[in-house]
Amino acid sequence: MSTLTVWLRTFQLAGKSLWMHPLRSSLTVLGIFIGVSSVIWLLAIGEGIGRAAQEQIASLGAQNIMVRTVKPSGDEFQDSGYGLTRKDYVRLLATVPTLEKVIPIRITTAEFRNHTRVLEGRLVGSTPDYAIVTRLRLDRGRFISDADIEHERNYCVIAAETAQRLFPFGEPVGRQIMINEEFYTVVGVMKPRAPSAGIGGSLAAEEFDRDVYIPITAMWRRIGDMNVVIKPGQFQRDIYEISQLTLRVVDRDSVLPTADVIRSTIEVAHDLPDFAVTVPLELLEQARTTQIMFILFLGLIAAISLVVGGIGIMNIMLATVIERTREVGIRRALGAKKRDITRQFLTESVVLSVTGGALGVLGGLFCGPLTLLARKGFERFLPNQWEVLPALIKTVEPSLIPWSIPLAFTISVLVGIIFGVYPAARAASLDPIEALRHE
Amino acid sequence: MTPAVSVTDLGKDYVLSGETIHALRGVSFDVPLADYISIMGPSGSGKSTLLNVLGCLDRPSSGRFMLSDVDVSQMNDDQRAEIRASRIGFIFQSYNLLPALTVVENIEIPLYYSGQLDPRSRVRCIELAEMVGLGSRLDHRPTQLSGGQQQRVAIARSMVNNPEFILADEPTGNLDTATATEILDLLDRLNRQGRTIIMVTHEHDVAQRTKRAIVLRDGRIVSDERY
Repeated sequence: MSTLTVWLRTFQLAGKSLWMHPLRSSLTVLGIFIGVSSVIWLLAIGEGIGRAAQEQIASLGAQNIMVRTVKPSGDEFQDSGYGLTRKDYVRLLATVPTLEKVIPIRITTAEFRNHTRVLEGRLVGSTPDYAIVTRLRLDRGRFISDADIEHERNYCVIAAETAQRLFPFGEPVGRQIMINEEFYTVVGVMKPRAPSAGIGGSLAAEEFDRDVYIPITAMWRRIGDMNVVIKPGQFQRDIYEISQLTLRVVDRDSVLPTADVIRSTIEVAHDLPDFAVTVPLELLEQARTTQIMFILFLGLIAAISLVVGGIGIMNIMLATVIERTREVGIRRALGAKKRDITRQFLTESVVLSVTGGALGVLGGLFCGPLTLLARKGFERFLPNQWEVLPALIKTVEPSLIPWSIPLAFTISVLVGIIFGVYPAARAASLDPIEALRHE
Repeated sequence: MTPAVSVTDLGKDYVLSGETIHALRGVSFDVPLADYISIMGPSGSGKSTLLNVLGCLDRPSSGRFMLSDVDVSQMNDDQRAEIRASRIGFIFQSYNLLPALTVVENIEIPLYYSGQLDPRSRVRCIELAEMVGLGSRLDHRPTQLSGGQQQRVAIARSMVNNPEFILADEPTGNLDTATATEILDLLDRLNRQGRTIIMVTHEHDVAQRTKRAIVLRDGRIVSDERY
């Protein structure tokens, strides 16, 4: 007799026995289904969240290092000034060979005027490379050029919303706007850009659409280092030369050592903790670690639900064994060995768990659309609660991890075996004579 | 000629709550091929114990049990299962069909365990079903059959492995007189075809239809006569 025929018959038999109690069997399958699909779902959601965080960080540039001016606490710096200086900039350029580019940035808030139209926004002084590292794209005209820097020209490039507000009806390129009592000629207009997200407090979120960009040399020359804010009941004066230096390192491997060199280079010239170094690569690695933790945690939850499903199988199989004691007796009398009985019941529990596993994989594949549906439903029926959810949860796109499917399926088969062994062994150990007498 | 079944000085002791019970105390008899014998006796006489030993469901404590030329008395669990699957046909008082399976599938069970299941075995099962008069109910389930019909299925099942002997335990105990007669007629027919049958019963008129009756009392044979 071929082994195939026997196995075929064994599975057929298992299917038949399970079909005798459709509701009971499907509830058991449901337990495994939930376990398996939650493994796939939770891993996909963990991966999605992790990926979103990594993309945010990666958008800062893994090869970049940001050094920012940080205002020290207290008022005594109102007169002396604080933060990164032009000397720091020059010294970094001169002493750190692994730097490909150093981009000085000075940001203040200012009022931009075109005749009677007024807009308050960020005034950014920088160099041509600023547009590259921040991934700003030009819509028309041109960005600040090296010649503009060299000649300290009073040219400016304006962001999309700035252009819209100051020149609602005309072409801004070639016209002039007034900043701080001086005229700047508009040479370019940028495309709109989505705000960059902040990362865990170490780097604030940035909005770009109300910006005006001017050559940093022009800013130093025409506006100076002092930033005065006068509001009713408030007078604040800040003196700083550079808001941020964005440094691009020649290759990825040099990023971390370079960051250390930069820290020490700047530190010697500063008595106060008035600067901060942000290394996106470090953050990226931290985010990876966090993601692994997160996935492990979610995996654990899913594993628990699989175990619960397994207990369901065991429960049902134990009940089945008691119920079918007589059947075991009959089969034993007709020549079944203990291992035949073990195989029969084990096959049943594996059939249950594999069915649940296969359906669970299908359910897992629908993770994306169903998440979308759930989100839509939540937004619609619980709008208030929806509002307060963090953006990460509102926008998370589950990202199916390919290996989670064979993993979840294998686990479901194992669950069927592990939780089926005991009931099957119990059935096999029944005394055939007693079992035959069982009513 | 080697008898189909030969038991010599068979003994079986149980320990029940610290007390040893001698269920069989030296039972000896031979069953020649194509014989048809009945085993009788009141309850507690050792009838059931003898049946379990003859059916290879239980091992004797002492003595020898030869099935043709094979000593089965000291076999282990797996070996006895093989003997049950291939050399003994069982008929029970309560039919003992599996409710989830059809007539044909029920007949097929012993083949499954004796390792003889193959594409042709289906044909053999159908032939047997036809032989017992159930050719038109092949796909019925036991619950859709009358008691007599169920017992016919059980008889067909006991034949499927072409066993050395058929062991019937009160095969008519659950049936009305007319149906019982039909079943006994069927067993007669099988015996006339050369099948060895051992039947346990407590009804005299049933025993009288066999060729020989062995009466047990207190674990011993008290009479062994041919009709």
